[in-house]
Amino acid sequence: MDIFLQQVVNGLIIGSIYALVALGYTMVYGVMKLINFAHGDLVALSAYIGLMFYTQLIGLGVLPQPLVVVSVFVLTAIVAAAVALLVERVAYRPLRNAPRLSAVVSALGASMMIQNGIMLIWGPNITIFPSDILPAVSWTIYGITITFVQAAMIIITLVLMISLTLFINYTKMGTAIRASAINQDVAKLMGINVNMIIMIIFIVGAVLGSVGGLFIGMYYRGISFNLGWVYGLNAFIAAILGGIGNIPGSMVGGYMLGLFTALIAGYVSSSWAEAFTFILLILILIVRPTGILGERVAEKV
Amino acid sequence: MAEKLLEVKDLFVNYGSIQAIKGIDFEVNKGEIVSILGANGAGKSTTLRTISGLIKPKAGQILYKDVDLAKMPAHKIVREGVSHSPEGRQVFGTLTVEENIRIGAFVKPSVDKDTLDWIYNLFPRLLERRKQLAGTLSGGEQQMLAISRALMAKPQLLLLDEPSLGIAPILVKMIFTAIKEISKTGVTVLLVEQNAKAALKLADRGYVLDVGKVTIAGSATDLLNDPKVQEAYLGKKK
Ligand SMILES: Nc1ncnc2c1ncn2[C@@H]1O[C@H](COP(=O)(O)OP(=O)(O)OP(=O)(O)O)[C@@H](O)[C@H]1O
Ligand SMILES: [Mg+2]
Repeated sequence: MDIFLQQVVNGLIIGSIYALVALGYTMVYGVMKLINFAHGDLVALSAYIGLMFYTQLIGLGVLPQPLVVVSVFVLTAIVAAAVALLVERVAYRPLRNAPRLSAVVSALGASMMIQNGIMLIWGPNITIFPSDILPAVSWTIYGITITFVQAAMIIITLVLMISLTLFINYTKMGTAIRASAINQDVAKLMGINVNMIIMIIFIVGAVLGSVGGLFIGMYYRGISFNLGWVYGLNAFIAAILGGIGNIPGSMVGGYMLGLFTALIAGYVSSSWAEAFTFILLILILIVRPTGILGERVAEKV
Repeated sequence: MAEKLLEVKDLFVNYGSIQAIKGIDFEVNKGEIVSILGANGAGKSTTLRTISGLIKPKAGQILYKDVDLAKMPAHKIVREGVSHSPEGRQVFGTLTVEENIRIGAFVKPSVDKDTLDWIYNLFPRLLERRKQLAGTLSGGEQQMLAISRALMAKPQLLLLDEPSLGIAPILVKMIFTAIKEISKTGVTVLLVEQNAKAALKLADRGYVLDVGKVTIAGSATDLLNDPKVQEAYLGKKK
C-alpha cells in the first residue's frame, strides 16, 4: 500500500509536467492543425534560461529568496513566450497556406535550431540545477513522504489548469479561441482576429511549458540540451491519449500517463516504462482512435 | 435618388487559375433587400465571401459607405457594419446555442440585451434550446442560429447565403418572414438564393449571375416576369 500511494504521488508530479507541456501541443494543434515540434525544445530552453536568471538574481543578492523564485518563473515565462512568438512568426506563419508537409518540416527545423542553440550556448553535458532553490522541507503523511518541491508542483499545476479551464470556457477571448479552433473563416466573420488568437495560443502554451521546464530543472535537477525530445515526446503522447486538440483531454492524458509510468516504475521497472507507454498508447488508439476525450472528427464535416 | 450603401465595381475574383468572378458591377441601396440569383457555381458565394473579406479580389472595388472593403481584412469588415451568414450555416457545432449567439457580438464591448431579446423573439426555438450544443440542432434551427449570430454584431448590411438550403418548406417560410422583419428594422439585406421565387417575392431588386457575370438586373417584379428568368430559375416553360 505504501509503495502504491508513494507511486501515486510520484505519478501526479510527473503527470503535472506532462500535462503542462501537453497543453502547448494541444492548443496549437486545436487551432492550426499543426504539431509544433519545437514546443518540447522550448520547454528545455526554459529550464536553461530559468537557471540563468536564477544565478544572476542570486548573484545580485538584492531580492529575498521567495521573490527570486517568483521572478525566475515570471522572467522565464516572458522569454519563452517571446521565443514562441518568434517561432510562430518565422517558421509557421509564412507556411499557413502551404501544404501540411512543409509546415511539419519547418516545425522539425525550428526544433533542431532551438536544440542546437542550447547545445552551442550551454554545452552538450548535463547542467545541474542547485538543490536549494526551494526550501528542503518535507512532510510525511500516512507513510508517504512529500517534499516542498513536489507539493509546489502539484498545487501550482492545479491552479494553472483551473485558471486555463475558466479562461477557455467562460471568457469572451476563450470562446473566441474555441470558435477559431472549429472554423477559422467563420471566426473571422465574427470579427475575431485569428492571427491574434494564434499568438495568444502560442503565448499560453509557452508560459505553461516554461513552468514545466522549470519544474523539470528543480525536481530532477540534471538538464541536458535534448531534454525537449524526452519530455516533449511523452507530453505529446499524453496529448494524443487525451485527444489532441482537446484541452481537458491533455490534462487527463498528462496525469494518466504520469500515474501509469510511475506505477510501472514502482511495480515493474523504470526501464520498462517507455515500452509500456507505447503499449498503452496503441491500446487506447485501438479502442478510441480519437483519444479519451477527443471528438469524432467526422462530426466536423 | 436612393442612398447607396454598397457599390461593387468591376470585380474580378480568382481561385488560383480559375476565374470565378469575371468583372461584375452591382449596388445595394440603404434599406433594400437585394437578391443575387444564379445556378450552382455561378459565383454567388464567392461574391459574398469577397465582400466580407474572406477572399481578396484580383481587381475591382467594393465601396461600402465610401470605404474600399477590398483592402480590409475580414475581421475588420465586421466592425464596419457588414455581417455575413455563410452558406451551409457553419454554426460552431461544439459551442452551445447561446455561446454561438454571444460570439456573434464579439466586436461589441458587451452583448446587447435588446438585440438578444429581439433575436429570441424572432426565433423562439433558439431560446428554448440555448443550452444545447449547436451541432445538435436541426438544419432549420441552425440556419436561424446562423442568422441570429450575424445579427448580434448589429450590422447595417447583412449578407445571407442561401438561408433556404436544405430546409423544410415550413421552416423556410418562417426564415423568410424573419428576413422581412429584420429588413423592417432598417438592416439592408443582400440575399443569395437558389430559391428564386421566394427570394424575388421578398426582394426589392435582383441580379442574375451566370458563370461569373451579371446577365440580368432589375426590380424584383421585372425579374419575376422576365421570360429568361422564368425559364431558367422559376421552372416555367415558355
Ligand atoms: N475554394 C475554391 N477553390 C477553387 N475553386 C472554387 C472554390 N470555391 C469555389 N470555387 C469555384 O468558383 C466557382 C463559383 O463558386 P461559388 O461557390 O461562388 O458558386 P455559387 O454560385 O455559390 O454556387 P452554389 O449555388 O452551388 O453555392 C465555381 O466554379 C467553383 O467551383
Ligand atoms: Mg454558394
